[in-house]
Amino acid sequence: MDAILLQILNGLDKGSAYALIALGLTLIFGTLGVVNFAHGALFMIGAFCAVTFSKLLTLSHTIIDDTRKDFLGNPMKVDVPYIHEFVGQTTGDAIIDWAVPLSILFAVPVMIAIGFIMERGLIKHFYKRPHADQILVTFGLAIVLQEVIKFFYGANPIPTPAPAVFAGSFDFGAMLGFDPNTIIYPYWRLVYFGFAAVIIGAVFAFLQFTTFGMVVRAGMADRETVGLLGINIDKRFTIMFGIAAAVAGLAGVMYAPINSPNYHMGMDFLVLSFVVVVVGGMGSLPGAVLAGFLLGILESFASMSAILELIPGINQIIIYLVAIIILLTRPRGLMGRKGVMEE
Amino acid sequence: MSFSNLTRRGLIKTSAAAGAGLALPTYLSAASHAGYTNAPQGDTVTLGFNVPQSGPYADEGADELRAFELAVEHLNGGGDGGMMQTFSSKALNGTGILGKKVEYVTGDTQTKSDAARASAKSMIEKDGAVMISGGSSSGVAVAVQALCQEAGVIFMAGLTHANDTTGKDKRANGFRHFFNSYMSGAALAPILANEYGKDRKAYHLTADYNWGYTTEEAVRSSTEAFGWETVNAVKTPLTQTDFSAYIAPVLQSGADVLVLNHYGGNMVNSLTNAVQFGLRDKMVNGKKFEIVVPLYSELMARGAGANIKGILGSQNWDWKLEDQLGSRYSGTNAFVQSFGTKYGFPPSQAAHTCYVQTMLYADAVTRAGSFNPCAVVEALEGFEFDGMGNGPTLYRADDHQCFKDVVVVKGKENPENEYDLVEIVEVTPADQVTYAPDHEQFAGGSLGSCNAGA
Repeated sequence: MDAILLQILNGLDKGSAYALIALGLTLIFGTLGVVNFAHGALFMIGAFCAVTFSKLLTLSHTIIDDTRKDFLGNPMKVDVPYIHEFVGQTTGDAIIDWAVPLSILFAVPVMIAIGFIMERGLIKHFYKRPHADQILVTFGLAIVLQEVIKFFYGANPIPTPAPAVFAGSFDFGAMLGFDPNTIIYPYWRLVYFGFAAVIIGAVFAFLQFTTFGMVVRAGMADRETVGLLGINIDKRFTIMFGIAAAVAGLAGVMYAPINSPNYHMGMDFLVLSFVVVVVGGMGSLPGAVLAGFLLGILESFASMSAILELIPGINQIIIYLVAIIILLTRPRGLMGRKGVMEE
Repeated sequence: MSFSNLTRRGLIKTSAAAGAGLALPTYLSAASHAGYTNAPQGDTVTLGFNVPQSGPYADEGADELRAFELAVEHLNGGGDGGMMQTFSSKALNGTGILGKKVEYVTGDTQTKSDAARASAKSMIEKDGAVMISGGSSSGVAVAVQALCQEAGVIFMAGLTHANDTTGKDKRANGFRHFFNSYMSGAALAPILANEYGKDRKAYHLTADYNWGYTTEEAVRSSTEAFGWETVNAVKTPLTQTDFSAYIAPVLQSGADVLVLNHYGGNMVNSLTNAVQFGLRDKMVNGKKFEIVVPLYSELMARGAGANIKGILGSQNWDWKLEDQLGSRYSGTNAFVQSFGTKYGFPPSQAAHTCYVQTMLYADAVTRAGSFNPCAVVEALEGFEFDGMGNGPTLYRADDHQCFKDVVVVKGKENPENEYDLVEIVEVTPADQVTYAPDHEQFAGGSLGSCNAGA
């Protein structure tokens, strides 16, 4: 029982990352009709926003410390962050410690700008082209973005820790009356789950309760009619692309402390996110979220050693297996709409 | 079949293709008169450095390449000579190899066996490389070693830790200076028993590929010999990035030690995840929970940041060896000095092994008086040397594996900089990590005989 609870918890957490990325993908697909293979790269760039912001906060000047020697026996060069001089060492260290949550403020405008440039600069020219062309160009773009990040940050993962206050894990087991240590879960992952829930809620609220959202939903249902009503739907869709990029970016920012960011982390998520979108139903936002959590939980269960002993290797194929079953039984996915990708 | 479509143009094309095909073996054995593949012509000799220049191990590859460049510089008489000053063999004199200036070409392994074979093949066939070295994975090492055997050139392995490289996949033309999984297990086990006690329950997470299996087997058998119990061993996909689903059940299993048989990016992620779960703050079975990483890579450890604090693991070499443990490890400071002066930071163990392998090859050629691979094999087999940073070392003739001390390290609590992440706990002497050539973990396969190609 405790093992099952633990994997549900873990699956919810994993699913929240899938759901966030898939949500952005679906937003872009639902509005612009573009299959965006560069979406994983946006997630990765989000994580690197956290890395960049941390680096900016620790921007330093070098002083020579004659009392200490470096590995070659020369006087040691010590980096002193400028922030220590501006706000004092204690406050400076506290700000550096909170770099990841603070970088959300940095990531939102950066990601919206990147999304805007991507859409206006490249993807716009592919709206009327076949999906295969869109996939090729966005996949190519993803590789370019990856290589750009690698050029500046190297191939090694870069540690980007969460604030010290979130170190360690919460003991659910003790709370629920199980033995201590049977159901523990890291604080930061709980924060991630909460954060994902807030972002998903905010996106739905934005689409549901604002005029802008209403127009976008109308555009998603029937773009032509909305256009005929004199509404510039293209402009709104461009803004939606920016928002989708920001959602992927924020998912990446908060993910940075979970796994040290590296340049190919986007690709690791991309394929899974597409499976999530397809299982959820192309173009369906609630479907993407539901499938994200569902597949996250299934993946967690498949990694349990009891199940692995029963069916070896199931952890590597479970997601695709479920995708096949769902597509065979419900070809439009869990919550897919009629007519999407069926023309 | 009909010949009605045969045209004059078609006939010429076919003849040209057939002619090129017939000429190919001649091209491949252009140096046949010398009796071996790629015999150096003129006053230069070309070495091929096959390292990951793209992909997740690109930074490690870059460090290997730095070491190779430094080795070539020293061989040609440039710089301060590095380890040539401390190497027990005095055959090298800074005039290249056998008086021929050393030149090099590089290939990108991408840490993929097929890409590594393709780049090695190109360096051998197009650039005339007489020796191939480098690499950052056992899969690549085994693949390239087999290719070099077929082609008739020497392979001086880079970073490869799986037993199989000098076990079931050993080849007469291949040599490994780096240590292996068995040695890690044998070196770590007594120290683990000493630090954490003999009554421990271990849970293994193992990367699902060849290196993972041999490392798990080595650590399991060595620790079980000291009384540890292995409660579970779970294989994790090589492509896994989030290990939470594998780490979450560890505490439930009653284990009090987690062994991460992971390398590189896998290690960074699994260790980071394990520390996030607060495993190291827990008390299980009345003991503090511990994590062990059998093979440390200081370059990749940087990616795990503060999470490596207090974690035990093993290394082939560490740049602080001579400073901390004295002149037995002479050569270390000479190498660190020339590497540090040229590049501004201390070398990694990957850089060290690549530098040493290049020097050992050059020395063997010089002692043999020939670039002929079979002469080089003979010069390296059973070769005992010192002054290359690891203490007295033997290149065993039976399997072409180097036997030397193994460094046991621990993640430093208060690192002074990003190059000072580990502290040396102890050095396990070579005789404690030496095994019989027919040891079960190395069973199967044979060296065969050397191939000079051509």
